Amino acid sequence: MNLAYRDVRHNLFRFLLTCFGLSLLMAVVLSMIGIYNGLVVDALTIARAPGADVWVVEEGTRGPFAEASRIPADTRESVARLHGVTAAGSVTYQTAEADFAGGKLRLYVVGHEPGRPGAPKDLVAGRPIARSHYELVADTRTKLELGDRLRLGRNSFQVVGLVRNHVNSGGDPAVYITLSDAQTLQFELAPPAARLRIARGGSVEGTDTVNAVIARVDPNISADAVADTVRRWKHLAAMSQAGQENLLTRSVVDRARRQIGLFMAILLTVSAVVIALIIYTMTMEKLKQIATLKLIGAPDRTIVGLIVQQALALGGIGWAFGLGVVMLVKDYFPRRVVLEPENALVLAGIIAAVCILASGLGVRAALKIDPATALGG
Amino acid sequence: MSTRDRKVLIEIDGVSKHFGEGDTRVDALRQVSLDIRSGEVVALLGPSGSGKTTLLNVIGCIVEPAAGRLTIDGEDVYNGRWLRGDLRRLRLDKIGFIFQFHNLLPFLDTTDNVALVLELAGKTRRQARERAVELLEYLEIGHRRDAMPAQLSGGEAQRVAIARALANNPRIILADEPTAALDSKRAGIVMDLLRKLAAEQDACIIAVTHDEKIFDRFDHIFHLRDGRLNGNGGEDGAATG
Ligand SMILES: Nc1ncnc2c1ncn2[C@@H]1O[C@H](COP(=O)(O)OP(=O)(O)O)[C@@H](O)[C@H]1O
Ligand SMILES: [Mg+2]
Repeated sequence: MNLAYRDVRHNLFRFLLTCFGLSLLMAVVLSMIGIYNGLVVDALTIARAPGADVWVVEEGTRGPFAEASRIPADTRESVARLHGVTAAGSVTYQTAEADFAGGKLRLYVVGHEPGRPGAPKDLVAGRPIARSHYELVADTRTKLELGDRLRLGRNSFQVVGLVRNHVNSGGDPAVYITLSDAQTLQFELAPPAARLRIARGGSVEGTDTVNAVIARVDPNISADAVADTVRRWKHLAAMSQAGQENLLTRSVVDRARRQIGLFMAILLTVSAVVIALIIYTMTMEKLKQIATLKLIGAPDRTIVGLIVQQALALGGIGWAFGLGVVMLVKDYFPRRVVLEPENALVLAGIIAAVCILASGLGVRAALKIDPATALGG
Repeated sequence: MSTRDRKVLIEIDGVSKHFGEGDTRVDALRQVSLDIRSGEVVALLGPSGSGKTTLLNVIGCIVEPAAGRLTIDGEDVYNGRWLRGDLRRLRLDKIGFIFQFHNLLPFLDTTDNVALVLELAGKTRRQARERAVELLEYLEIGHRRDAMPAQLSGGEAQRVAIARALANNPRIILADEPTAALDSKRAGIVMDLLRKLAAEQDACIIAVTHDEKIFDRFDHIFHLRDGRLNGNGGEDGAATG
């Protein structure tokens, strides 16, 4: 007969309660992993959305996401003429606030030229922008629906399409509008002094600037070669899509990674200590029964089995419940929680190791106990 | 067949045991020597703290003596040190221990408390359960076979513990105040039962008892005082007197 199982069944409620407590801890660990993954994926979706091969930005910046970048709009034509470039488009990125449904909506406004690289792919509803003004494709997280109207700056936009999971690294959902609408909005939202300067046309920063130009490159031509060519031009910098993604994960996500990584390390340590304590206590409570087992002739392997199996059951059930809890609630998080199967498996491995290590403590105490202990009253 | 012709199951020769050192030293057993043959039912008598439990525990290989020799069923088990690594297996196969407190495992029902020692000795689960139920029936506690230990009365628990002690047909049955939790009628029944088993299985029984009402059920009575045995181990024991 399986003693571990029988003992658990005898104290089923308490065991399940312990598992439940542990599972909440596991759920926190898993959510942290999921939140971190979500941050990385979110940061990349915006950069991946236009399906670019090369990013052209202002010289000396690592734009347009990690740092602000501003280049003349006519850069697009020069880039489009380059050997190997099949298409090029100008894009702008800015954050804006809008009133919607009685609340403030923080948006990441992406301006692009319809028909050129920069438009979002994979719409989940509606259609891409077809008119040159006042149409908008929104992320579902804005809670906007097809046909809704939204005021941005002085103009009212109509939602014609929806995309999913397009948010910036700060978690603001994206809306896509045409480049000219975006430039107007940029002007309207600029501080009054700057606006005055721009209107007089006295500034180097004319209204006809964009944040980046993106290019698609012939698959037979290396994107890096194209980027190298652009880099030789004055005032411009360029990087490949891989370089852009690399930059994003490094610069934008790096701090979050360290923050969350450290927090996760603390959480895992706490979990390990809690698991160890629970298992040790479970063993200590059973010491007299373990002594009795020795008295009646049970070999060490029976006793070790009892402790280790219970420890693994505890960890396993806690992990499974925890995973279940996260799966249930993950869509209610304000930001995306992305759990890869590997994450859950790695955590399972860590927990199994912790359980076995922790039962080591209990096993030591159990094997040391003198069977005569069981004889006392 | 006279007692003298029977096999010596337990040979204790000059066994001493003390707990603690210096000022706190307690000599629980001093130079105890004793032979017990198969079929014998003997009582250990003595005031509290005289070393009765310690002697049983030494015979049961639960407590390591400080000096002397111990032979069980012809096998040298202790001679200044344990001579056998696997004392638990010896206990499982040869010794049935009825403890002062029943020591049933709280998470197993009555049947499985008995079946466990059978499974540990190598029986299949089915064989073990069958034999366990048989034993419980035999001890007139079969109707409580599905009860958990916490639901049993003291006497019922004691009988389950006895069933467990007897499960593997041990040659040696050690009982530490087995009847303390029982009324005198039940105590008599339990002692009769143990006697019957000793006769049937050719086992020996050593029981610690204070219970004067059951003295007549023993072949010999040994007295312990301050760890010293001054037995009337001869034919003038209560059973023949
Ligand atoms: N584990 C132990 N540690 C210290 N002293 C003990 C231990 N076991 C027994 N003793 C002491 O040894 C003496 C004999 O004890 P015990 O054999 O239990 O006596 P009895 O069973 O006759 O009452 C007592 O003085 C007791 O206090
Ligand atoms: Mg005692």
